[in-house]
Amino acid sequence: MVELKLKKVNDYSYILDKKDDMNVPLKVFASEKLMDKMKQDRCLEQGINVAKLPGIKGFSIMMPDAHQGYGFSIGGVAAMDSEHGCISPGGIGFDINCGVRLLTTNLTKKDVYPKIDELLNSLFKNIPPGVGGKSLFKLTDEQLEEVLMRGPAWAVEQGLGSKDDLDNCESNGFLSDADSKMVSQKAKNRGRSQLGTLGSGNHFLEIQFVDKIFDKEIAKVFGITKKNQVVILIHCGSRGLGHQVCSDYLRSMEEEYPDIIESLPEKNLVYAPAQSKLAKEYFSAMCAAANFAWTNRHIIGHQTRISFKEIFGEKVKLETVYDVAHNIAKLEEHLVDGKKEKLYVHRKGATRAFPPGNKEIPKKYQKTGQPIFIPGSMGTSSYVLVGTEKAMTESFGSTAHGAGRMMSRFKANQEWKGSEIKAKLLLENNIHIKAVSNRGISEEAPLAYKDVDEVVKVSHDAGIGKIVTQLKPIGVIKG
Amino acid sequence: MDKQALIKKRYEFLPHTADAMFRAYGKNLSESFSNAAEALFMIMTEVKSVRAEVIKEIKVVSKNEQALLYDFLEELVYLVDTEGFLLSKVLNLSIKSGAGQLELNATLIGDTETKYEIFGHVKAITYSDMYILEEPGFVVLQVVPDI
Repeated sequence: MVELKLKKVNDYSYILDKKDDMNVPLKVFASEKLMDKMKQDRCLEQGINVAKLPGIKGFSIMMPDAHQGYGFSIGGVAAMDSEHGCISPGGIGFDINCGVRLLTTNLTKKDVYPKIDELLNSLFKNIPPGVGGKSLFKLTDEQLEEVLMRGPAWAVEQGLGSKDDLDNCESNGFLSDADSKMVSQKAKNRGRSQLGTLGSGNHFLEIQFVDKIFDKEIAKVFGITKKNQVVILIHCGSRGLGHQVCSDYLRSMEEEYPDIIESLPEKNLVYAPAQSKLAKEYFSAMCAAANFAWTNRHIIGHQTRISFKEIFGEKVKLETVYDVAHNIAKLEEHLVDGKKEKLYVHRKGATRAFPPGNKEIPKKYQKTGQPIFIPGSMGTSSYVLVGTEKAMTESFGSTAHGAGRMMSRFKANQEWKGSEIKAKLLLENNIHIKAVSNRGISEEAPLAYKDVDEVVKVSHDAGIGKIVTQLKPIGVIKG
Repeated sequence: MDKQALIKKRYEFLPHTADAMFRAYGKNLSESFSNAAEALFMIMTEVKSVRAEVIKEIKVVSKNEQALLYDFLEELVYLVDTEGFLLSKVLNLSIKSGAGQLELNATLIGDTETKYEIFGHVKAITYSDMYILEEPGFVVLQVVPDI
């Protein structure tokens, strides 16, 4: 392990000044404890590699949950000049628009606990998790086109979900630069029977209760009104479609730019120059995949409503607070050295954190700022945060996305048995888990992840995402 | 471990922070590719218990060995997602070179996933830490799939 001389700036951030062929410095948001964890894998080295990419502006940024990824670390932001920079699929991730949606309910812990197992069974039936995860919605070619081009607006027209769900979603659930023709037939085939499914790995649907409210005013605007209120957190992405899009374009860029590949320390850092045909094709395919993912979470939200009504009757109300992407590139305008620049902001394992007054966020959040959701690992807390003005100057309007994985699935399987973790979480924390397999549970054991409380504290202290509420799990369904 | 023992082992998994990493071994390239396919499916299910109910013929053409490995394994992932295919065995895997490219042909034996316990899923193949080392009578390859 190369000893990296990062300068500690304060209790929540470090800087590595520009050196050798870095175009910008590396900025890492981390406490000492989290920095020690980062040194255990190659993520810092990856952050430095990203700093060397053409047209990167400001800083190569790493979030407190950063850990080793493919080319780019997971948990980072890289803003590239839209004229002279580049677009890199590795800076977005395989799971395009993996993200999180939060819904509030008018129920409390007391209402839900007695029926939690019934509820989980109903959710499992209405939202197939897991492999293949045969969706209840198999799309025709035309329908898939609609979804890729228009996102969840299509779903609302089919009577799935409401307009409010669309309004309370990052980018209103669709990016207009989408071009379904840039999505391969392979990707379309993978995705067509996966709408309304969670997928496996660290994807889940969690029933939670509000444990602590740190900012009463903002929480109220978000629809969170009291302790023990039940909410639902949905974490998933674009399924096989997004993965295939990323893979297709990584391979296309490899074929198109062998010189670029030669120059890179890792193939997964491959990029296309921002104004090139391939960059534009990838970006429009990425936008289409993002639209697919938003449609997926929108439909899962709708199916969740159906399950809740099945168990608790027609009086129950579920409202979408917001939906955030944490694997995506957006064309945004930011101030760099006092000048307004148009940038491709790559967020991989990082969440947008826009401030009050920003016109990209819904009217009802203009006074508060944008809602942010940071899920912990299975069985631990999740948090609701809010975007800040400081995030715009410090991190291109971004913050962390989760707890950050620390231990390999391989090792986690060796350390723990899924059935034991399940039993432990039930006994000690009264958390009910319904999963496709026990091995899926052991791989997601809380100790395989970093401490989400620590990650969120850094975000808060650094001023890039302020804590609003802390949520705790009641029940989880996962693939 | 000596090379003969590794060839007998056929494949093994190694620790890797975010995902899975495996090495596949063989007397030659074709054998190591066949074992890599099985290792890939071991991420998802107990390959030993998958019955021989379905036969598929596949062909993959790529520019070089790493690309061929990538494309071959990705084809398998595609079959899982689109047809729910689970592998039992790979037969007659051959790799031919000519006209500046490599061509892989193989017969896959397996079943559909609805009847088996699935404990993981492969989202994509990556080039991360990928290598293929060949010497006379021994090949080792390493792959990190995204799961």
